[in-house]
Amino acid sequence: MSFDVMIVGIGGQGTILTSNILGKACVIEGIPVRGAETHGMAQRGGSVESQIRIGQEFGPLIAPGSADMLISFDLMEAVRAAHWLKPEGQIYSSNEYVVPTSVFMQDLPAPTEQMLREMLGDRPAKIIDSRALAEEAGNILTQNIVMLGAASPMLPLQKESLQEAIRKTVPPKTIDLNLKAFEMGIAAGKN
Amino acid sequence: MVVQYLLGNEAIAHGCLEAAVDVACGYPGTPSSEVIDTLRMDPDRACKVEWSVNEKVAFEEALAVSWCGLRAICTMKHVGLNVAADPLMTSAYTGTKGGFVILTADDPYAHSSQNEQDSRCYARFARIPCLDPSTLQEAHDMVRDAFALSEEFSLPVMFRPTTRICHSKSDVNLGDIVVSERTASFEKDVRQYVVIPAHTRILHQKLNQKQPALKKRLVELGYNRYELKGKTAVICGGVGASYVREVIGPDVSVAIIGAYPIDEDWLREFISHHEKVMVIEELSPVIEEVARQVSGTIPVSGKMTGHVPYEGELAPDRVAGYLKAAGFALSVTYQPAAPPAALPVRPPILCAGCMHRTAMYAMKKVFRDAIFPSDIGCYTLGIQLGTVDTTICMGASITVASGMSLAGEKRDIVCTIGDSTFLHTGIQGLINAVYNGANITVVILDNRITAMTGHQPNPTTGLTACGVATPAISIEAICRASGATFVETVSPNDLVTFIDVLKTAKALPGVKVIIARQPCVISEKRAKIVRGRYTVHQDLCIGCKACIKFGCPAIELKGGLASITDLCSGCGVCMQICPVGAIGREVKE
Repeated sequence: MSFDVMIVGIGGQGTILTSNILGKACVIEGIPVRGAETHGMAQRGGSVESQIRIGQEFGPLIAPGSADMLISFDLMEAVRAAHWLKPEGQIYSSNEYVVPTSVFMQDLPAPTEQMLREMLGDRPAKIIDSRALAEEAGNILTQNIVMLGAASPMLPLQKESLQEAIRKTVPPKTIDLNLKAFEMGIAAGKN
Repeated sequence: MVVQYLLGNEAIAHGCLEAAVDVACGYPGTPSSEVIDTLRMDPDRACKVEWSVNEKVAFEEALAVSWCGLRAICTMKHVGLNVAADPLMTSAYTGTKGGFVILTADDPYAHSSQNEQDSRCYARFARIPCLDPSTLQEAHDMVRDAFALSEEFSLPVMFRPTTRICHSKSDVNLGDIVVSERTASFEKDVRQYVVIPAHTRILHQKLNQKQPALKKRLVELGYNRYELKGKTAVICGGVGASYVREVIGPDVSVAIIGAYPIDEDWLREFISHHEKVMVIEELSPVIEEVARQVSGTIPVSGKMTGHVPYEGELAPDRVAGYLKAAGFALSVTYQPAAPPAALPVRPPILCAGCMHRTAMYAMKKVFRDAIFPSDIGCYTLGIQLGTVDTTICMGASITVASGMSLAGEKRDIVCTIGDSTFLHTGIQGLINAVYNGANITVVILDNRITAMTGHQPNPTTGLTACGVATPAISIEAICRASGATFVETVSPNDLVTFIDVLKTAKALPGVKVIIARQPCVISEKRAKIVRGRYTVHQDLCIGCKACIKFGCPAIELKGGLASITDLCSGCGVCMQICPVGAIGREVKE
């Protein structure tokens, strides 16, 4: 059995980079790993997902209703992907919420942040102000690392392996910034 | 040996380097593009790497490299193989010298494609071997060894990964990179390389004679293998085999087909040990057809019995469902899980500041009820703007437009095609339209890059695949040489002028070409070109939604008024659209 994680967001928010950190941490620990992700045109500002299976030796795809954890960089995307979790699966979502352009163009009603929180249902969920924390860490582009930090104590991976994987993945000039964002995420996840 | 966490296409590229490949060329196409991208970005590579203008060109170049005794791979997506099908069929006759691998990436579920065709059928049609990996490690090992297989049988070898191989990731064991010591030398032999009827009849016979030994060899090499466990059996191939292994019960036999053609005697022997058999594979029933030929009275379930769909992609839960319905034992159970209802969709969308949106907005303004044939590229997303009425394959915008003109359609016909697609297979359509007197407007959306597949350079870019400066082609000169008399170049960001040019074209007969030229905003961002952002003066905004309807993702509606987010890339088009002058440059305090 593998520990299956869904990472979701909007194209450009860093889902692929985040799943790469998990994958590299697995290699550091010698754990087999599989990942599946969205490439190509689907990336352009649309809903995106990365699936990552820690300890998996077969295929890269997670079955709906069976994931152990959901990490989301957008609250609406967390709602869209929550059904991938098993009933006791844990949600870590940013409180960031970008209204899809289609809503404005077609004059559709957009759910409020409160409605989205309610739509997540009874599953254990940590909603984190990732923008504020990333700003405090020094760059709003580190929101994905804040969220990874928040989720990290529940992952079957050592903190040191994740830190090493971050060093190997992010641009060299931003390593300290990202490690700080990671620590701040861990603290936020505990609250 | 080293273990790395890699994208399937990166693992495949490394496999090519371990085989000391001499030349890699291809045309970008999701999900195949990152193989060439990985090789061209590698500063230490010893091989030559090229983006060709289309798949037929890439195929013929790679074939010629092989004829010179070197190892070559050409890469494309499944529909690209249609473009290269002409040389494919006859290259099986002429055969090869240096190892020649055709990478064609299939896209079950059409994640980024216009159809779900199965390249294995092409391999069967051409009578060449096809390798079909079920994991990333296998993909890496197979492509590494495919060159030697090609040399052993003097045949092109098809290597056919699917989206969930190319674009999935895994820990992969990598070997050492080997640098080629081969030198190119073409040995003339007209009986081999000139396929006049007298020669080709003999070559066809030789191709057919290779088949029995090839089938046996693919079993010997371990590509086609099985494990006997019980009285029931599953035969599977491709990434579907990974899903089967994940969900299947411990007492069910499994045969994995990793290579074609399948040795019928071997498969007959496997099936004969069982009371019933199920075939699990994506897309066409290629394995199933062979299984049915050799199964005798043993029942086979699969696509032809309605247990497995012909379309879409497989997944562990779906495979478990098909197996359960056919009475096969499983090792897992899945609970049904339904996605949430009533959530606004978030489809992919053209970037903030993308010139395609502006060009299509202007086309709609000027031409209103015209017919808009379009093509394959980011601008196909213009379907959301109502300016994409047809898309069938690469290059089929100008030809569909001229065909409608030929049919006598009375409305204006305005087609769109990107720079790379125009060079791929658009030029012939333009020549044909001018030659035959069509009445159409052609808008060439020239953003100087092959954007949708990941920003590969093309002949308009001024750089080769490996970043060497090269003359940028003149699209204007090509269009004028075709005989088109109206050829104008204008940036859509200058919306007023662009609309003016469209109006002029609308009033003229014949083939009118408008080259809408503005670099891709992502290329600009990467080149560190920064423009000031725009902002809505809230006291002036009247909430008319003219800018909202433009559809830029940087423009939001807040409390009935428009506002611009930090996604703004500073194209300035919304300022030109606003009827009351409420939008202006952002002034930093």
